[in-house]
Amino acid sequence: MPDQNVVEIADLSFSYDATRHVLSGINFAIPRGKVVAIMGGSGCGKTTLLRLIGGALRATKGSVRVFGQDVAGLAPDALFAMRRRMSMLFQFGALFTDMSTFDNVAFQMREHTRLPEALIRDLVLMKLHAVGLRGAEGLMPSELSGGMARRVALARAIALDPELMMYDEPFAGLDPISLGVIGQLIRTLNDALGATSIVVTHDVQESLKIVDYIYFVSEGRIIAEGTAEAVRASKAPFVHQFVWGEADGPVPFHYPAADYRGALVDARPR
Amino acid sequence: MMKRSTIDLWVGVFVAIGLGALLFLSLKVANLTSLDASDVYQVKARFDNIGGLKVRAPVKSAGVVVGRISEIRFLTDVYEAEVVMSIDARYPFPRDTSAKILTSGLLGDQYIGLTAGGDSAHLKSGDTLKLTQSAIVLENLIGQFLYSKAAEGPDNADKK
Amino acid sequence: MTRVLALVSELGARVTSLIWRLGYAARFFWATLRHSGTAFRRFHLTVRELYFAGVLSLIIIVVSGLFVGMVLGLQGYDTLARYGSSEALGVLVALSLVRELGPVVAALLFASRAGSAITAEIGLMKATEQLDAMEMMAVDPVARVVAPRFWGGVLSMPLLAALFSAMGIFGGYLVGVVLIGVDVGQFWSQMQAAVDFREDVVNGVIKSVVFGVAVTGIAVFEGYDAPPTAEGVSGATTRTVVTSSLAVLALDFVLTAFMFRGI
Repeated sequence: MPDQNVVEIADLSFSYDATRHVLSGINFAIPRGKVVAIMGGSGCGKTTLLRLIGGALRATKGSVRVFGQDVAGLAPDALFAMRRRMSMLFQFGALFTDMSTFDNVAFQMREHTRLPEALIRDLVLMKLHAVGLRGAEGLMPSELSGGMARRVALARAIALDPELMMYDEPFAGLDPISLGVIGQLIRTLNDALGATSIVVTHDVQESLKIVDYIYFVSEGRIIAEGTAEAVRASKAPFVHQFVWGEADGPVPFHYPAADYRGALVDARPR
Repeated sequence: MMKRSTIDLWVGVFVAIGLGALLFLSLKVANLTSLDASDVYQVKARFDNIGGLKVRAPVKSAGVVVGRISEIRFLTDVYEAEVVMSIDARYPFPRDTSAKILTSGLLGDQYIGLTAGGDSAHLKSGDTLKLTQSAIVLENLIGQFLYSKAAEGPDNADKK
Repeated sequence: MTRVLALVSELGARVTSLIWRLGYAARFFWATLRHSGTAFRRFHLTVRELYFAGVLSLIIIVVSGLFVGMVLGLQGYDTLARYGSSEALGVLVALSLVRELGPVVAALLFASRAGSAITAEIGLMKATEQLDAMEMMAVDPVARVVAPRFWGGVLSMPLLAALFSAMGIFGGYLVGVVLIGVDVGQFWSQMQAAVDFREDVVNGVIKSVVFGVAVTGIAVFEGYDAPPTAEGVSGATTRTVVTSSLAVLALDFVLTAFMFRGI
C-alpha cells in the first residue's frame, strides 16, 4: 500500500442506469495531509464521487481504493470499519433534528465507544470549542443559524478524529462571514488533525484560498487540474469561464432547444 | 427537547394506564376470576335436540353460572347430541343431577340448567348425566298447538 | 392496436412495479426485525418512541373511546328496548368494543395520529440527509432510527386499544346506567356472563398487536422509502394513512373470520 495516497481512483465510471452516465473514466489520487477540491457545475457528479468514496454507491467500472482497500470489495462490517476512519460534512449539515447540539456531537462517541459520560462531555466541549460554539451546546438544531449549524456539523464530523474528511458543498447558502469561518476551519482542522480533506464545491473564490490542489469535473470527466495559482492563470476555456463566473462560454447559456425562430413562428398550435 | 426522565415518567404512566385497562377488561368485563380454566371437571350429557345451544354457552344452576359448554358433538350410533360441560371444581354436584336446555328470556340465548338431585356421591370428571331434557323448539311447540287445536274439531273453533 | 398494446404494457409495468415494491417492503421489514437488537439493548431509544407513539396518542384515544361508547350506549339502548332486553346493553357495548371497535378504531386513529408522524419524521430525516449522515458515521439507520420506532408503535398499540375499549365501556356505562337508568347489576353481570376472556379479550389483544405491526410497519417503510423532497414526504404521509387504514380493515376481516368462526 502506497502510504502517500489516502484515496486512489482508477478508471472510474458510474451510471445510475444504462443511458445516463454520471461519471466516466475518472483517475486521480489524493495524497495524505492535503486539502483537495473537486469543482464543477451543479449536477456534474461531484456528490456522486463522494458517495463512491464513502461506499454508499458501487462503481459501474474501475476501482475506488481508500486507505489501500478496494471499497467495492468490502463486506458490510469492513465497510463500516472503514467509515469510522472517515467523516463527511453534508451539504446543509444534516444535524439530527431531534437532538441538541451537544448530543449531535456526542452521537458517534456514544455509538462507537464505551467512554464514560464525563469524558464524552469533555471531548464534546473540546470539539465545540474548536469550531467556536462551546456556548451553544444546549441549543437545538432549529435554533441555530445556517452558519452555526454547519459548524456544529463540522464539530460532529471531527468527533472521532477521522483520517479522511469529505465536505459536500460546505459553502452553500452561507453569508460571507460564515463562509470565511468555514473555509478557515477546513484548513486548520485538516492540519491540526493531520487528516486529508476532499472538498466538493462550486465556490471558486473561497476554496482557492484554502486548497492545495484542484480537479475540475464537467460532464462526468476531469477536464482540468492544478494548484490554485495554476487554476487562476489557466487559459483553458472551461476553467476560465468557471473561475471568473462568465455567463456564456463552453458551458452554454441556453439549454439545447430547437431553432428559436422556428419555435416561435412555425410551430404555433393550430 | 424534553428531558429523558420526563419521557420515562410519561411512558411509565402510559404503560400503567394501558395495563390497567387490560386488567379492567380481563377482570371486570370478562370476569376472569370467576372461572379458572385449569380448575374444572368435565361432565357429559346427551340430548335428543340441543336447539340453538352453542359452544361456550353458560351452564347455570339456580341461575348462577357454574361452568361453560366446552364441546358439542353428534353421536352417529344413537343419533343424539352429546354436550361436554366444564364445571368449576368449586361446585360439586350429586350424581343424579339433571340437565335441561333452557332459554334466557323468550328469544335469548340458550344455556344448560342443572338441577341437583339427592345422591350423596358427587359427579366425577368424565361422568355422563342420565336425566336430560332437550331444548324446546318453538316451531314444534307451535306445531303441537295448531295440531291440538285442529283435533278439538271444527265445532269448537266455530264457537269462538 | 398500438393503443391497446400501450395500455397492456402500462398495466404490466404497474403490476411489475407493485410487486417489486412489495418485495422491497418485505425485505425492509425483515431487515427491521433483524436489526431490532439495538432497540431492546438500548431500550431508552424505544422508550422515547413509546412516548411519541403512545403517550401523545392518549388524548385522542381516550376521548374517542368515551364518545364511541356513549353513542353505542344510546343506539344500543334504543334498539334493545324494543325487544324488552335493555339489560343486555352491557353485553352489546362490551362485545362490540372488545372484539371489533376497540382494536379497529384505535388502530385507525393510531394510523392517522402516530403512523403519519412516524412517516413524516423518517421521511424528513431522509430528505435532510440525516439518514445518509448516520450511515457515513457507520451507524445503521435501520437499527438506530427505524427499529425503535417500529417497536415503540407495536408495543403502544395493544395498550391503546385496551384503553379505547375500557373507556368505551365506561362511556356505555355512563349513558346506559347513569343517564338512562339500566339496572347497574344487570349491566355488569350480563356483560360478565357473555364476554369470555380467551375468546374475546385475548383475541382482541391479538388483533391489536397485528394491527400495530401492520400500521407501524407501513409507516416506517413509507418514511424510509419516501422520495427525499418535500412533496415526496407529504405524499408518503398520505399513503401511510390510506394504506394502513385499508390494511387494518382487511386484516380485521381475515382475523375475525379465523377467530370467531365457531361461534
